Amino acid sequence: MANDKETIVSLKDLEISFGSGKNKFVAVQDVNFDIFKGETFSLVGESGSGKTTIGRAILGINPTSNGTITFEGDQINGKISEKKKHTIERKIQMIFQDPSASLNDRATVDYIISEGLYNYGLFDSEEDRIQKVRTMLEEVGLLPEQLYRYPHEFSGGQRQRIGIARALIMQPDLVVADEPISALDVSIRAQVLNLLKKFQREQGVTYLFIAHDLSVVRFISDRIAVIRAGRILELAPTEELFTNPIHPYTEALLSAVPVPDPQIARTRKSYVYDPSMHHYETDKPKFVEIKPGHFVYCNEEEEARYIKELKQQGQL
Amino acid sequence: MSDEKEPILKIDDLSVHFHVRGKTLKAIHHVSMNLYEGEVLAIVGESGSGKSVLTKTFTGMLEENGEIAGGTIVYKGKHLEKLTKDKQWEGIRGKEIATIFQDPMTSLDPIRTIGSQIAEVVVKHQGKSKAEAKKIAIELMDRTGIPNAAARYNEYPFEYSGGMRQRIVIAVALACHPDILICDEPTTALDVTIQAQILDLIKDLQHEYGFTTIFITHDLGVVAAIADRIAVMYSGRIIEYGTCDEIFYDPRHPYTWSLLSSLPQLAQKGGELYSIPGTPPSLYKDIVGDAFAPRDPWAMKVDFKADPPFFKVSDTHYAKTWLLDPRAPKTEKPALIQNLHERMAATVAESHLENLDLTRTDAKEDETDGE
Ligand SMILES: Nc1ncnc2c1ncn2[C@@H]1O[C@H](COP(=O)(O)OP(=O)(O)OP(=O)(O)O)[C@@H](O)[C@H]1O
Ligand SMILES: Nc1ncnc2c1ncn2[C@@H]1O[C@H](COP(=O)(O)OP(=O)(O)OP(=O)(O)O)[C@@H](O)[C@H]1O
Ligand SMILES: [Mg+2]
Ligand SMILES: [Mg+2]
Repeated sequence: MANDKETIVSLKDLEISFGSGKNKFVAVQDVNFDIFKGETFSLVGESGSGKTTIGRAILGINPTSNGTITFEGDQINGKISEKKKHTIERKIQMIFQDPSASLNDRATVDYIISEGLYNYGLFDSEEDRIQKVRTMLEEVGLLPEQLYRYPHEFSGGQRQRIGIARALIMQPDLVVADEPISALDVSIRAQVLNLLKKFQREQGVTYLFIAHDLSVVRFISDRIAVIRAGRILELAPTEELFTNPIHPYTEALLSAVPVPDPQIARTRKSYVYDPSMHHYETDKPKFVEIKPGHFVYCNEEEEARYIKELKQQGQL
Repeated sequence: MSDEKEPILKIDDLSVHFHVRGKTLKAIHHVSMNLYEGEVLAIVGESGSGKSVLTKTFTGMLEENGEIAGGTIVYKGKHLEKLTKDKQWEGIRGKEIATIFQDPMTSLDPIRTIGSQIAEVVVKHQGKSKAEAKKIAIELMDRTGIPNAAARYNEYPFEYSGGMRQRIVIAVALACHPDILICDEPTTALDVTIQAQILDLIKDLQHEYGFTTIFITHDLGVVAAIADRIAVMYSGRIIEYGTCDEIFYDPRHPYTWSLLSSLPQLAQKGGELYSIPGTPPSLYKDIVGDAFAPRDPWAMKVDFKADPPFFKVSDTHYAKTWLLDPRAPKTEKPALIQNLHERMAATVAESHLENLDLTRTDAKEDETDGE
């Protein structure tokens, strides 16, 4: 990807662990990537690989044990001033995986959407606040008459839209969207994705998008990072990743994506990734840029082999 | 549905009502369908359309406030709609008709070991001794792809990953040797690799044990991979059914058209995804005409007045839409889903999959095309 892109978030040698001493569990390690302003950057990978953990670290919810997170040029992990924290909490918003667990069931939709506005005094007058909330409600396709209802009176898709309204009303620069669509049926899913895209077009929001439906990820993302067991194994622009995956785990992942076509489905073969295929005992792996903008986690022997294959295919 | 074979399960004119704060919600509205021995029937349709409620009636699992308001469910000559007490269901629920739910934790006891939970089912349903049951349980764990099954027999659910827990739920369901296995979104929460493993497993075991499967899912990719036939639901009604190929390549109901059009694989990168305008009708109200009419760009006047009957498309394919009435104007399915196969083949070809030679699978030799 061209270097003229402005970086909004930068993760350097990030490590996140839980517990300590003998119980220390390193959930995420050696994570390095930049997210560019205005793009949709997706994290994909198996359950338990560390996607949510990374998202929560960017929001400052999970402490980091090593490395740095930089946002708009400022380091935001580790010890930071209350003032900086306050600013970041407005600029970075999260849409949570499970809307019913993340919405206060005793608060009205009006209050839930306004909460951030209250916390940051982001309105001039009561009329102004109501105006902002109504506009946002309309944007997400809910009706003004639903303002004074409670979350449990809404369907899953509607609750997800309340969560989106609450995040977007803050006019954030970055939104961490953690599986915002997994629980929705195809049609509501389409509505939500169109909405996220619309905000990006109109307000230049940057998304860190976490999902396991790769056909959706392909549609929505500019770039994709593939994570497994806490490490980024491959990172590339979307179409590059789908057409020229290099890491065997990425190939396995893509081969397992179901295709909604009976003829293809009947002959489709998926392949299982076996991590023991790598020999990292002496020749240690690194995250290398094998083609411009295309990174893969490999050791020297693998790197040489990948380059040879790419040359044979005329890609290098 | 075709009259040639005798169905294992025959549903006729079934209606289900829920009583909610003095009002009646009509969740299932005059549904008829047949399930044939050994087939995989997928049920698809909008959230809230009644997929789970319909299949819950087959095991008497409706919540307290629900009732079968009319119709019959006949399983091997038995009228299931007449069974009311748990005792009457005993020989059927879990044993002859078993269900796998979306969230494995709701079906597993968190404070008992995995092995003992499977073994218990084996003792109960297959009448084996404790020792025999343990052997069978380990075998089943092994079959469902749990590594070191014997060693992991004594572990608790929290020590298993989500995908492994889901496989245990499947193992428990299979330990009963059911005739009919109902899978209600069993893979929605799983990542694609684990999902693929579980689908392969269900297919394998089905070949081996010959049970009949009902598979509910929002993922049309999964449907294409696993279904022999598909029933499409909307607002408590089955609105179209046919073989897997018929529904994907020759859909006739405008709702089915819309459903297929929403597939992200069909959208232009950077463009909009197709989404169905409007919302489904309230199930508290009596619906006049075709339930989908208010959201249907192809709706005709009659759609707002009269409930359409099923029209026959082929011996296996029927759709409940006035568009199939001989008097209706000839209407083509939307351009987006014409040549669906060619479009999907193109998305696959664009990715690396065509020339991937590292493949290893259970796909049968004779089915693989010469690559
Ligand atoms: N608070 C915590 N304490 C201990 N371990 C944790 C905690 N949060 C996460 N983990 C562990 O860290 C690993 C990464 O978890 P994470 O939730 O980031 O996975 P994920 O990639 O988001 O998975 P999923 O797709 O299932 O949501 C897992 O092994 C998880 O068990
Ligand atoms: N116990 C209940 N009381 C009242 N209404 C109910 C009850 N159970 C289900 N319903 C209603 O019946 C309708 C059908 O629900 P069902 O769970 O079958 O939908 P579904 O097609 O399985 O949807 P999803 O894809 O979201 O799982 C919905 O409108 C639902 O709200
Ligand atoms: Mg997560
Ligand atoms: Mg359901």
